[in-house]
Parts: sequence; structure tokens; C-alpha cells
Amino acid sequence: MNQQSPPGTGGAPLLAMTDIERVFGGERKLFGGHNPAVHAVQGVSLDVKRGETLGVVGESGCGKSTLARLVTGLDHPTAGTITFEGQDLGALSRKDRKALASKVQYVFQDPVASLNPRKTIRSILEAPLKHLTRLDADGREKRLADMLQAVNLSPEFLERYPHEFSGGQAQRIGIARALAAKPELIVLDEPVSALDVSVQAQVLNLLDDLKAQFGLTYIFISHDLSVVESVSDRVAVMYFGRLAEVGPAREVFRAPLHPYTDLLMRSAPAPGRHNLMSEDAAAELPDPYNPPKGCAFAARCGQATSLCLAEKPAPDAAKGTDDAHFAACHHPLAPAEAVKANVAPDTT
Amino acid sequence: MAETTLSAPAKPAPNSNRPGTAALLLNNTLATSGLAVLLAICLIALAAPILPLPDPDVTAPANRLLPVFSEGHLLGTDHLGRDLLSRLIWGTRVSLAVGLSATAIAAFFGSLLGLVAGYAGGRTDAVIMRGIDMVMAFPYILLALAIVAVLGPGLLNALYAIALVNIPFFARNIRGITLGLSRREFVDAARLSGKSPVQILFLEILPNVLPVIVITMSTTIGWMILETAGLSFLGLGAQPPQADLGSMLGEGRKILFTAPHVSIIPGLMIFALVMSINLFGDGVRDILDPRLRAGSLTRPVSRTAVERDCTSVPQPSSEDGVLDVRGMRTEFQIGSSVYKAVGGVDLHLKQGECLGIVGESGSGKSVTAMSIMGLVPTPPGRISGGAAYLEGEDLFAASNRRIKDLRGGTVAYVFQDPLSTLHPLFTVGDQLKEAISTHQPLSGKALTDKAVELLTLVRIPNAKERLSAYPHELSGGMRQRVCIAMALANDAKVLIADEPTTALDVTVQSQVLTLMNGLRREKNTAVLFITHDFGVVSALCDRVAVMYAGKIVETGTTEDVLSNPRHPYTAKLIDCVPVLGQPERRVDAIEGRPPVVNNLPDGCAFAARCPRARAACRRGEIELEMTTGDSGVRCLFPLGKGEDA
Repeated sequence: MNQQSPPGTGGAPLLAMTDIERVFGGERKLFGGHNPAVHAVQGVSLDVKRGETLGVVGESGCGKSTLARLVTGLDHPTAGTITFEGQDLGALSRKDRKALASKVQYVFQDPVASLNPRKTIRSILEAPLKHLTRLDADGREKRLADMLQAVNLSPEFLERYPHEFSGGQAQRIGIARALAAKPELIVLDEPVSALDVSVQAQVLNLLDDLKAQFGLTYIFISHDLSVVESVSDRVAVMYFGRLAEVGPAREVFRAPLHPYTDLLMRSAPAPGRHNLMSEDAAAELPDPYNPPKGCAFAARCGQATSLCLAEKPAPDAAKGTDDAHFAACHHPLAPAEAVKANVAPDTT
Repeated sequence: MAETTLSAPAKPAPNSNRPGTAALLLNNTLATSGLAVLLAICLIALAAPILPLPDPDVTAPANRLLPVFSEGHLLGTDHLGRDLLSRLIWGTRVSLAVGLSATAIAAFFGSLLGLVAGYAGGRTDAVIMRGIDMVMAFPYILLALAIVAVLGPGLLNALYAIALVNIPFFARNIRGITLGLSRREFVDAARLSGKSPVQILFLEILPNVLPVIVITMSTTIGWMILETAGLSFLGLGAQPPQADLGSMLGEGRKILFTAPHVSIIPGLMIFALVMSINLFGDGVRDILDPRLRAGSLTRPVSRTAVERDCTSVPQPSSEDGVLDVRGMRTEFQIGSSVYKAVGGVDLHLKQGECLGIVGESGSGKSVTAMSIMGLVPTPPGRISGGAAYLEGEDLFAASNRRIKDLRGGTVAYVFQDPLSTLHPLFTVGDQLKEAISTHQPLSGKALTDKAVELLTLVRIPNAKERLSAYPHELSGGMRQRVCIAMALANDAKVLIADEPTTALDVTVQSQVLTLMNGLRREKNTAVLFITHDFGVVSALCDRVAVMYAGKIVETGTTEDVLSNPRHPYTAKLIDCVPVLGQPERRVDAIEGRPPVVNNLPDGCAFAARCPRARAACRRGEIELEMTTGDSGVRCLFPLGKGEDA
């Protein structure tokens, strides 16, 4: 796509991704030819505004975790640029990893696996303070205490080892570690999916409080639509490495444009819901080594036409009522269709 | 699966009375005797300078080849009249020192290479590992000989040679471990904490690799001593007159038939030394093995031990059903504490009915499911009470053979992670056919046809071709379909599904749920469905039982329980999950944590977290009060209609 990023986000974004791409494999072989390549993320342009929570939803293999690693500098895009406060993230992380780490932090999916089993909580939490800040020993001690208080853990936990903690407590430690160097953006990669539901609620509420308290910006990645809906201001739905739909959370969930979003929503089980939407068993993700020419979702889509099979829809092929609501779909769903007609003069 | 069930009761109390490292070692008789022999040998060898021994190198041709128990020479003398006991002790000292230092050198350089190769990856890894491969391409003794040939014979050179040929052994081991560790999340976290690669390698990864290095060392020392003896035996190690077990053996070889004791004595010493080190090393390995840390030193047996009081086995309930569980109790004995994972559960399942068991991790829902067919590992698990009747037959009293026939036959399981349930090295067709042929006398084409039929039944497209697919070639949803097909292979009457859709994507989950729902109606199978998700229960189950701390706290029809929960825990559990379409609702967390099942409070286990708890809730046993045939609640002050917890 030629456009910079979907318009309507307003103001200078904190983080801007422009047409980023991450290809795995594809190295040259010893005897000619190339190894097969997989596009984990492709053609993703997305802005994150300061102070918002951007939810990223998608199923396994859709590239959402790769996206998270790209944003935190743990991995680098093979094409496209990511800028943080106007600075190129790739250049920033190559030049000074610590500068980036003190601005962008990451909370991992598996809280226990993200803590080194042979380190005490103190040494785990002190690491970012030692390496990313200029605090002296007293300053660090004070910050440690503040952090523990922020995540509701008692100070006596500092001398213990990770295996002594439950999943919920370990995730609080993970969050405290991310907070330690006072970052501006925190990428939360499935932060609650490994937790029990009662603990999940505690952590979600904690994240909400911390965001208000420290003026944080979140990228919240999850496969769970209801969780994403409850925390996000804006939502990006990913499918097969590309953005399927982006828009204000409420709009996306109220009137999804992309049939995939609709499928996700109707597949999600909810208390009191008896009939889940179910597709045919043949409906599988396309082969990443042999990606389809047209829309990746076409094979599973009820509305697919020959156009969908032949041509990839632009990320903003369809627009919703809200100016910031886009979907990569040739044939967006009906309610939006009607709405689209009303705002037709605005669409390009 | 066993891992989750085990870790659930074990996690909450890390400081409980688990056996310590020393206790575990002393528990292992072989390792302890190995340690005792080794200690004795080491002490004697260390004390050599202060023991009243004759000089080992002084020759006395007059006294040559004295037999064992001679005057002044307890073990006799060798062909130069040197005292064998003295030479043995001094020689052991040398052998031990060489073995230990060779191990230390090999471990240091090998581990360093392994760590760097595993962490750096890419070209560095390739260069280092190809170098290691080259070293390994030569037989070790040949290589050691070549090295000694270049450096010249001598004990020190033999030591270098032995160390060098053993570096690959360490490097390869450590590289594998490092490779796995450096992809772990805590390494990413350390990078994001601003640590440099060197800091990560030595401060984050090394401490986790250290146990493996120790284990490898403990199992290698014996081998190194043997190799040193080998070189000395060939005359390339210790040079005369210095004594060393290998050179003593070599000198004795020439007079093996005239004076066998000269070679037999050092031979026995080598045997005792290497054997004791290996026994002890194996013991150390077993202790550092995290699975054995849980407190059991024996491997689990094929069926859970049943240790119930035979006089008070509950009778089957009057209701007719396929499966009828009465007052089932399952415990885990870890160290000296007993975890009551399941504390008296009653369940009954009618034909074609689906009962959902809902609970959080550690609530005992999986252990309940596993206990029915004796799948809880023993030790540490045991069934300590109650009964499970399958069509009137008490499963806990059945013979092992009978249970084996029933498993996968009348009662079948579907587990959470299809990737770890399916064997990675066999095609799904092979595994499916095995599941069928274990219970049915089919073979050849009939067997293949049946397998294809089953795959078609679970709506796998191109069933025939998929038979030859390996599990990793299928997607998660497809794998779970294969597991369901295996479970249905023998027309199971009861299907026990333990979180079968938790690992799946939401669109795939809905496919699998729809499939299971269709199949149970088609085949009239009773389903026991374990989950933590009320949404999934809604989609599938007729009735639901909510578990908390090993007990059922509420049961009833799905509709009743969901729309009108009576136990405060049920109400809170429903409320704490965000619901799609209601983003405004702030989720209501349940404060606190579930109690540890080795130390359950008196009265209601939920009282500590319950806003409605009163003094009466903390006393005595609270019964599951059945209001109608199907619904009941274990609460003294249940919620009324529409009331909030």
C-alpha cells in the first residue's frame, strides 16, 4: 500500500509501523536456490498513540507475537520501518539497545518461564534498574519497594525464587520488571492467557490501574476477544501475517467489517451461549510456504468472489462509520456496507 | 498431563516437608554405598603420606614377587620387590588426581565451547561444532595416542590427551542445553533488562546449565580414570618408577600367570574406584533430575494405588447411569505432607449425557478425571476412598487386566495437548490402528478401513491420505480430531475429555466443540468434560459441577447454574470473566488464592475469600445440599435468585 498509515489517528503517534515485514527462512542454499521463506508479518502499518491501549487479536500463527518482538527490538523487520517518537527503532536498537529497552518493555505470556529459575526476585527486578537507569544503590532499593507496592506484592518476596510463586504472582513480578525502568510503551504478549480466570481478572485490573497511574501506553496482544474488548481503545485484528481490520474497539466489535472478525466473534464461547458458529473442517489456515495469491481468508469466507481469490485487498479497502475503522476486505459485511454508502464521498 | 496434576498440588507449598538433597541420596542404597566406598578410597589415598607405608619406588630384588599376606608386605611385592600396598595407595592417588583434573579441564573447556556455540548460534555454532565433530571422528584412544606421541609420554601429557578427547562430550551436551535455554523467555527478558550477551550467557544461562555440567562430570570421572589407566597400561602415561593403577596393571600383565596378584590387585582397585564413582554419579543425576525432586524415587506404576477402607465402600446410587462415582478421594503423598487433591466427589453420568466439571487449576478437576481409570501416577498419588462404578462394576476393585481392557475401550480419554498425547515418531494412521487393534480383532484392510472411517467421522478431509501423516504435519485442531477419533475407536460408553479445546484457537475450538457435540448425540456417548471456561460449558454440557479445593461446591443443569448461581464462588467465577459485547463491565476479581490442599481450613474452603462468610462457615464439614435431583450447593448461605455475591 502506498499510504503512510491509516489516517484518522490524529496527532504524532508514539509508535508508527510502516509497511513492516518479517520473513523467516529464505536463506540461500549451499547448492543454488533458496530455502522456503515464511512471511510472519507482512505489509503491516499501524500507529500507536500515546496513552492508548491498542489490542492486537488473532489466532496462533497470525504473526501477533512476531509483531510484539519487532516492536520491542528483540527482532528486526526485514522490510519497512518502525519509528518510536519519530526515531527509527531499528537504528535505535542497533546503536543503543538500552535506550530502547528503557522506553519499550515487554510482558511475557508465560510468567514463570520469563523468570530465571536460579535468580531471586530481587536480582531479577534489579537487573533493569542496574542496566537501564542511573540509580545508585539507595535509589534502586527505593524504586524496588515502589514497584512491589505498585503491583501489590509484599517486600518479603524479594529474597525468594520464582518457583515459589503462583502464576498470578509471577506475572505481577513480570509486570514490575517491565515497569522498573519507567518505560513509555509496554507490549503485553498474552499477559493473562496462562492464568486462572480469577487471577486473570486481578491482573487485568492491575494493568488498568498502572496505566492510569504511570501514564503508560499498551499494546495488548491476545487471542481472547472478550479480554481484548474489555481493555482496548483500538483493536487490530490480524490474520495470516496481515492486518484484517483496524478500528476503535467499540466499532470493531459492534459492527465488524471483515468476515474474519465476525467469525472470531461468533466462535467465542460465552456463558449462556449455546450455538457456536462453526465452519467446515476443511477451513484451515493457508499454507505459509505457499501463500494464496488473493485474500488469505478467501478459502474460509462465505462472501469470497473471484476478485478475492485473484487480488489482495488493500488494508483500507473497506471503511466503517468511524473514520479510523478499516478492513482489508473486498466485500465487507452488510451493516457496514449500508453505512459505507452514506459516507461514500469521503472514501477514496 | 501427569505434570499438571502433579504440579497443581505441589506448587502452593514449596517449603513443605519435601525430602532434601541429602535425604534423597541416602534413600538410594546403591548411591550411598558408592559414596561410602569412594570416600574410603579417597581418604586412604589422601592419607598416603602419613600412613606407615614403605617407599613405593624402592626396589628390593631379594623380596620380589612375595605373595599376598607376606610378613611386612600385606599385599605382597611386585617383580622388583616393591611393596604392592604402598604402590596401590600411591597409585590410586595419582589416578584419582589425573581423573579429576582431566575431568575439570574437559568440563571447563567443553562447557565453554558448548555455551558459546549454543548461545551464539549461526556461523559461530557451525564452526565450533564442526571442529568438535572432527575431534570425535577419531577413536578416542587413537587420538589420545597421537597426542601423546606428539607431546611425548608422561603423566601430564596423558592427562592433556584424556582431557582433550573428552571435550566434545561436554561441548555437545552443554550446547544442546544452552540452545534450548537461550530460546527461553527469561533470556529475552534479560536482554530487555539491558544485559549484554556476555552477562546473559554467564549470569543467566550458566547457572541453569551448571547442574547438567555437574551431572556430566560425575558420570565422566570414572571413565576418565579408566582412560588414563589405559594410556598408562600402554606405557604412555605414568613413567617408571612412578606408580599409577594403569602402569601397575601393565607391569603385572607380563607375569599374569606366575604372579597373578600383581595385576589383579590394581585391577580390583580400578574396578572399585570406577564402580563407586559411577554409582554415586548415577545417584547424583537422579537427585538433580527435577522429576525425582517431587519426592518419589520409584517410577510411577501403570495404575493408581487404591488404599481404601474396604468396610466402608459406598454403594452405587439408585439412579441408573453409565458412570457413577461415589465419595471418591485421591491424595498425593509428598514428603510427609498429604495433599488431598480430591476430597470426596460424587458424580453420575447417564448415557449420552454431558457433564461439565468446572474449576480453576488446583481445584482437583483433572485428578478427578484421571482417578476414575487409575491414571494418577503412583507414587505419589493414591485413591484413598470411595468407589467408581462403571455400569455397576466397581473400577477400584477391578483387576489390572480388566482396567487395561476398559481403558481406551469402554472409557476413553481426550487430553489437552494433542501434540504431547500423540507419539511424534508414528503416523496418525499407525496410532489410530493401534488404538483399534488393541481392542478389536481387526487386521489388514479391515483395520485401515476402520481407521479411515474414524477419521471421516471426525470430519478430517482426505482421511485416506492423512493416515500417513505424522502428528507434526497436522494443525492443532486436526491433531485433536485424531485424538477424538482414537477415543471413539472402540465405541466408548464414557468419554473423559480433559480441557480438550484449551490449547486450540477459538475458531478451531468451536469446530471441535461442535464435532464433539454431534458425535455424542450420534453415538450416545456419555461425556465428562473438564474445563475452566463457563462459555465452553454453555456450548456443550447438559449439567455442570463446579469444583473448589477438591470438592464439588455446586452442581445443577447448565442453564440453572449459569443464570442463577447459588454458591458465591460460582457467582464470582462467572463474574470475573469479561464477556464479549460488554466492554464497560469492570471485571470483578476474586481476591486471594485458593487454599493449599494439604492444609485445608475447617468448614468451607472458600470462606476466606467469600464476602458472605460468617462464623458458621468456618466450622465442621459442610455438606453438598441437594435441592432437587440434579442441583445442589455446598453452602450454608447460598445466594437467592438474582442476588450478587
